[in-house]
Amino acid sequence: MIAFFVKRFFQAVVVMFVISLISFSIQDNLGDPLRELVGQAVSEEERQALRDEMGLNDPFLVQYVRFAKKAVQGDLGDSYFFKKPAFEVIMNKLPATLELVFGATVIIILFSVPVGVYSAINPQSWFSKTVMGLSIIGISIPVFLTAIGLIYLFAIELNWLPSYGRGETSTVMGWETGLLTVDGLQHLILPSCTLASIMLPLFIRLIRSEMMEVLQSEYVKFAWAKGISPRRIYFVHALKNTMLPVITVGGVQIGTMVAYTILTETVFQWPGMGFLFLEAVNRVDTPLIVAYLIVVGAIFVVTNTLVDLIYGLVNPTVKLAGK
Amino acid sequence: MPLLEVNNLDVCFGLRSGAVKALRDVSFTLERGERLGVVGESGAGKSVLGFSIINLLSRPGHISSGSVHFEGKDLASLAPGELRSIRGNRISMIFQDPMMTLNPVLTIGVQMIECLLAHRRMSKADAKRVALKKLQQVQIPSPEKRLDQYPHELSGGMRQRIVIAIGLLLDPDLIIADEPTTALDVTIQAEIMDLMLNLCEQNNVALILITHDLGVVSQVTQRMLVMYAGRIIEQGPTKEVINDAQHPYTQGLMNALPQMAIPGQKLNQIKGSMPPLQDIPKGCSFNPRCEYVMDICHQALPPFTRSGNCQVACHMMAESAQDKLQLKEV
Repeated sequence: MIAFFVKRFFQAVVVMFVISLISFSIQDNLGDPLRELVGQAVSEEERQALRDEMGLNDPFLVQYVRFAKKAVQGDLGDSYFFKKPAFEVIMNKLPATLELVFGATVIIILFSVPVGVYSAINPQSWFSKTVMGLSIIGISIPVFLTAIGLIYLFAIELNWLPSYGRGETSTVMGWETGLLTVDGLQHLILPSCTLASIMLPLFIRLIRSEMMEVLQSEYVKFAWAKGISPRRIYFVHALKNTMLPVITVGGVQIGTMVAYTILTETVFQWPGMGFLFLEAVNRVDTPLIVAYLIVVGAIFVVTNTLVDLIYGLVNPTVKLAGK
Repeated sequence: MPLLEVNNLDVCFGLRSGAVKALRDVSFTLERGERLGVVGESGAGKSVLGFSIINLLSRPGHISSGSVHFEGKDLASLAPGELRSIRGNRISMIFQDPMMTLNPVLTIGVQMIECLLAHRRMSKADAKRVALKKLQQVQIPSPEKRLDQYPHELSGGMRQRIVIAIGLLLDPDLIIADEPTTALDVTIQAEIMDLMLNLCEQNNVALILITHDLGVVSQVTQRMLVMYAGRIIEQGPTKEVINDAQHPYTQGLMNALPQMAIPGQKLNQIKGSMPPLQDIPKGCSFNPRCEYVMDICHQALPPFTRSGNCQVACHMMAESAQDKLQLKEV
């Protein structure tokens, strides 16, 4: 177990180094931060002096080393716009994004597993065929269109749910959460559904096809020959084997969902990291952009490690090194 | 009443290109404690026969007509719930490849205990005790340890022993073993076959042994069926069929044994191969490969003719039987 974590830690260091290098190197190409930083009245000489002072004229490697030295200590530079440490700005927005991803994940798990399993067991039923048809449509509709459709239907026409923002939040141990108030939960529904709409069809199809394959296997046939109940065959014998590849894909997809929040958060004015990132790009707030990319990279690394741990727990044929 | 009575069983696989008959008009009986061998080349319908007895054919296969009477109940038309109470309980199956038969993510203990709990009202602790006893019967070293192990931690031979132990859990009346030793290496094969023979004899369990191996059939079984292209073509006491095969196909099988070849020469083989099930010739399905083929073989299906204690489906037998009858009349 310890060996697994040590190995994982070194892998994470390498990954984070590459991410930081890439995200740092694109900041030069995003535009001139001084245009946003100072007004029109500042003369070109003063701008040049300011650039020198900020180190923007130094060679790339010198700038990167200076950045990396600070970054290792947790200092990713100050946001030009907020005039506060970029890391802190992002961390303030992180709970909103994570709760959105959490909401979407819950929806995906609640729907994809039963629907996928049912349509694998009864592939010929009209329900399975409808679901398969709808999932193709679901995959092909872009997120922003789903979002607008949902807002139109549930917020404007039916007036059941709020259309934007996070609603009422409360703070628990420094974590600003919308999960504990009715208003906050209502605000969460539409954005989570939108975010889930991208991954849900994918997961239903994945679970269905994996499950169908497992149901053809010899050990499932043997389970039938043992005379045990269909429920036990489907949910103990087959589902556990079905979930192995699904967990692997799911882990990667949770990371991807964090990235997808950019669109969802923008449409719903959700005060999370993705919305912040888009604003930062508009303002050429390079330290904030770099910080965002690094935080998202870290989230990827952490979720993948967790997924590998869970996989090791579910699959007895995988032993984590050194266990 | 025999333990198992199969009558005119037809099995169909409904495919898009049309229905394919995998079993045609199969009839045989099995007495309590009797050991029956089923032989034939690949695709002859041996495994389909095994699975159709417990009505566990993979889709799109299904029993299209005929009956399978087990202790008086017709398994071919039994409700799923009742069928389930017989599967694993009165009739158990042993599959071909022990590497694939056990669920990789469940421990041996779980896979044994669930089978007991599905058929008997007993506590988990009692079920565990029974499982342990059966593991001892199949001569697995340190059985206590095995219950907590996963299939991948055990060798092929050990896994097949565990599959046999699962088969014996509820003291069934009949075990259907579908090529139980094919996937194992030769030394383990003999051990497993010995074990199965002993266990069946001790517990008075009937056995249907589906195999390619005529040697095993002659050692283990009392009666045997020879199948070709979905039909039984010869059946009778194993000794008689093996020592004095009547059907040209069975004779071909016996001649193909390596023991029958002259050293340094090519092995004897039946020329040609079995016709695909969609395209079985008219008359006797063996006619394209038969050395003694006659006109009638292309026209009519050969009826079963008695020959000693055997039954043979061949026109030659039918003709000679008729000749004898005529001689008597004269």
